[in-house]
Amino acid sequence: MSSTVDVPEAEQQGEGKKKETVETVVVRFCGDSGDGMQLVGTQMTNVSAVYGNDVSTLPDFPAEIRAPAGTLAGVSGYQLCFSNHDIFTPGDAVDTLVSMNPAALKTNIADLKRGGTLIVNEDAFDKSNVAKATYESNPLDDEDMLQPYRVHKVPMTRLTRDAVEGLGLSVREADRCKNFFALGLIYWLYERDATPTEEWVKAKFAKKPEIQEANLRALRAGYNFGFSTESFTVHYHVEPAQLPPGKYRKLTGNEATALGLITAAKLADRGLFYAGYPITPASDILHELSAHKNFSVKTFQAEDEIAAMSAAVGAAYAGQLSVTASSGPGICLKGEAMGLGMITELPMIIVNVQRGGPSTGLPTKTEQADLLLSMFGRNGESPLPIVAAQSPGDCFHAVQDAMNIAVNFMVPVVFLTDGYIANGAEPWRIPTQEELKPIEVTHQTEANGDGEYLPYKRDEKLSRPWAVPGTPGLEHRVGGIEKADVTGHVSYDPDNHEYMVKLRARKVAEIENFIPDQEVDGPDSGDVLVISWGGTYGAVRTAARELQSAGKSVSHAHLRFLNPFPKNLGDIISRFKQVLVPELNMGQLRMLLRDRYLVDAKGLNKIKGKPFLVSEVVEAIEKML
Amino acid sequence: MSTDLPVLSPKDFASDQEIRWCPRCGDYSILAQMKKVLPTLGIPKEKFVFVSGIGCSSRFPYYMDTYGFHSIHGRAPAIATGIKLAQPGQQVWVITGDGDALSIGGNHLMHAIRRNVDLKIILFNNQIYGLTKGQYSPTSPTGKRTKSTPMGSVDHPLNPLSVALGSEATFVARSVDVDIRHLTSVLERAAHHKGTAFVEVYQDCNVFNSGAFSFATDKKVKQDNIVYLEHGKPLTFANGKKGIRVNEGSRPEIVDLDGSVQEDDLLFHDEKVAEPSLAFMLARMRYPEFPEPMGIFRAIEKPTYDEEVNQQVEDAIAEKGEGDLEKLFNRGDTWEVK
Repeated sequence: MSSTVDVPEAEQQGEGKKKETVETVVVRFCGDSGDGMQLVGTQMTNVSAVYGNDVSTLPDFPAEIRAPAGTLAGVSGYQLCFSNHDIFTPGDAVDTLVSMNPAALKTNIADLKRGGTLIVNEDAFDKSNVAKATYESNPLDDEDMLQPYRVHKVPMTRLTRDAVEGLGLSVREADRCKNFFALGLIYWLYERDATPTEEWVKAKFAKKPEIQEANLRALRAGYNFGFSTESFTVHYHVEPAQLPPGKYRKLTGNEATALGLITAAKLADRGLFYAGYPITPASDILHELSAHKNFSVKTFQAEDEIAAMSAAVGAAYAGQLSVTASSGPGICLKGEAMGLGMITELPMIIVNVQRGGPSTGLPTKTEQADLLLSMFGRNGESPLPIVAAQSPGDCFHAVQDAMNIAVNFMVPVVFLTDGYIANGAEPWRIPTQEELKPIEVTHQTEANGDGEYLPYKRDEKLSRPWAVPGTPGLEHRVGGIEKADVTGHVSYDPDNHEYMVKLRARKVAEIENFIPDQEVDGPDSGDVLVISWGGTYGAVRTAARELQSAGKSVSHAHLRFLNPFPKNLGDIISRFKQVLVPELNMGQLRMLLRDRYLVDAKGLNKIKGKPFLVSEVVEAIEKML
Repeated sequence: MSTDLPVLSPKDFASDQEIRWCPRCGDYSILAQMKKVLPTLGIPKEKFVFVSGIGCSSRFPYYMDTYGFHSIHGRAPAIATGIKLAQPGQQVWVITGDGDALSIGGNHLMHAIRRNVDLKIILFNNQIYGLTKGQYSPTSPTGKRTKSTPMGSVDHPLNPLSVALGSEATFVARSVDVDIRHLTSVLERAAHHKGTAFVEVYQDCNVFNSGAFSFATDKKVKQDNIVYLEHGKPLTFANGKKGIRVNEGSRPEIVDLDGSVQEDDLLFHDEKVAEPSLAFMLARMRYPEFPEPMGIFRAIEKPTYDEEVNQQVEDAIAEKGEGDLEKLFNRGDTWEVK
């Protein structure tokens, strides 16, 4: 618990139970990939959000669907932070760790705070599992190791079997309910209202009444275990958070991206075309979009990444709001077709849900190492605008910004998220109709040059007209060969080529006049300016605020627009003595900033497949003060 | 007053761009036949889209005054799929070559065909890489000496029609660039087919692979070397003196129609048979062992991909109603903060 605001007199909550009120709690469930940890984590997030806490989550699962049971490689975890105030991260250290087996204990115990609560399923600590976790002896007997924690050894497997007895379940089926036992126990520990979870179980297993009943019984058994056993003497209360007024729901980043795309298409009154190839961690965007075909969403699961990108280019030529999504390896494959979209000047969005690289890298872990790929990952001079989302809910808004740029400037836009915000969830304030910004799309319907159609005649934004096949009289050809200015005919003229390369670059550079100025959190001049982008927003903002509260001269600029940069960014940078750029890469934004503004920016760089801890950022800033 | 569509002529489909194929290239003839066929279809000009990849043949869209997309190497079927899904009302043609379709773009070709996207795919097969100046292609015969195979190619060639049939193509045909009337009729049939129409055209690259198909074009010998397929008719060639019969081993054999064998004993072509093994057997008949079949190997009906994708959208709207953002946003558990 980050801070105990008040410890009221013991309240009677079960015999001899004390209730403490706390501000912020970090809970992590961990177990085998088959133990249903993601499921209970999601449920806990949901009930906490519905109750009114601010929440932030960090699902962490192995790339293998089912690594051998009980092994270190197979451990799956779900961390969530819930609070009575606005929070930006899933928390640095864990208050309560639920560990379903020895392997999970081994890989997670280091993140548990000293004095934190450790709940283990002691039934899983048999010889075989202990050995698979590479412990030499049962860690539950190691008093030195467990000494710093409040340890609860709970025979979850046995208690769950007892709870579901009489339902005619096999042992295997009965054991699969033990995650709900653990969840029930946590619900008691943190005074959660289980109703949304019970409703979920009822709906999910409507056709399997015995499984439905078993999970409900396990949930209640866990809850009652906390209530009645002497082992647990304290439980905790977290007040709802004071979030901005409105209606909320929980949303993951990938869901928010999908919703944002549907919204953009609806606002633009155009069809949405999505082409993708399954890849972690981007596939959920395809899943979500394919469930909403009644919004005139056409989804195409292509034969490969190249086909997905190519189909998106084709659909853009045919007048749709066109999108593809992938992660690093897939984006590499898309490169050539992205260049085609660039030179034909067609609007589309390329979503890159970044993951650990290079190559296959760390498919289920997060990283920010594709910024330079987005900037330069195509042959020839091929600049593309880049927009990055900062949090799960922000994906909704940021992807609409990306679409707005695409259709206004007739250009493919790279939209960057990452595994952390794509899978992470947070409360999302449902926008009202008035808050939705219109997106204007115009298709050319008439000749624009002396009775003929000139596909590369530009407007004041240097944007070209968008004439869609089927429009009489505007038949024209586009393609990947350099084209003559205005007419778009194939041209090998040297002067024309240089002119066109510069023109396309200028078009992208001048988007700086279209995007909002960069905002700074904190004073607009001072000792240290921290510049971040993408999913590190939460950790960096929390760190900067912490230091600001301590009276330090620290300000924070979080970039949403990475190409072009907001036009006041150079000014902002010049007003600070030092610049720190924390990134989950080797310093990619830092390289761009140093190049563009000749600023001696320092980096804080982490490449572990994990997001920043707030403490890491605080420490790095403090070193500069 | 007439509401008829304007009558179009071949020259209405000619763009103002100078054609830059080598003189006497087989592509000229294919372009000319295409311009002849399109005005006969009763489709307004703006409803056509020509999509190509990279290679000599892929310059084709620039020479047609229709909507067109000269894309990147091998990807034309994927780009065309995007266009067709977005605009199912367009008639979309893919112009490709043996390298473009079967080498770098093999994957897209196969998947466009198996999905039965309503595309007309015309593969100009010249058995050579022309644009890159003369390397062997995936259809070049084994032993072919080229710039990249000075000692002869050790690759085994692909049979384009076998690839198409193996991908469950609903329409498969072959013609030759200079066989003007035949080519026109095949293109016409392809245009009318609903679903992926795959047409292989033997096309002479007179610079890098001249005469590769002279067995099928040389007036002195071609009657002995090709057999025209006609639905419901027996397979005869050599001015009616020879025919193809299926022997007891279920293999095709050449027979003389000298009286001992009657036309009724011959193999009768059936392009509509659901099972593709007849078409496959015909596709495997290669010169010089056999006369090579020309015409429509297979033409069956199957729902098209674009139709079904768009149908699902309509079904979803019918079932759930036109998408409503308010409802979408409020799905699942929500809560109010005052």
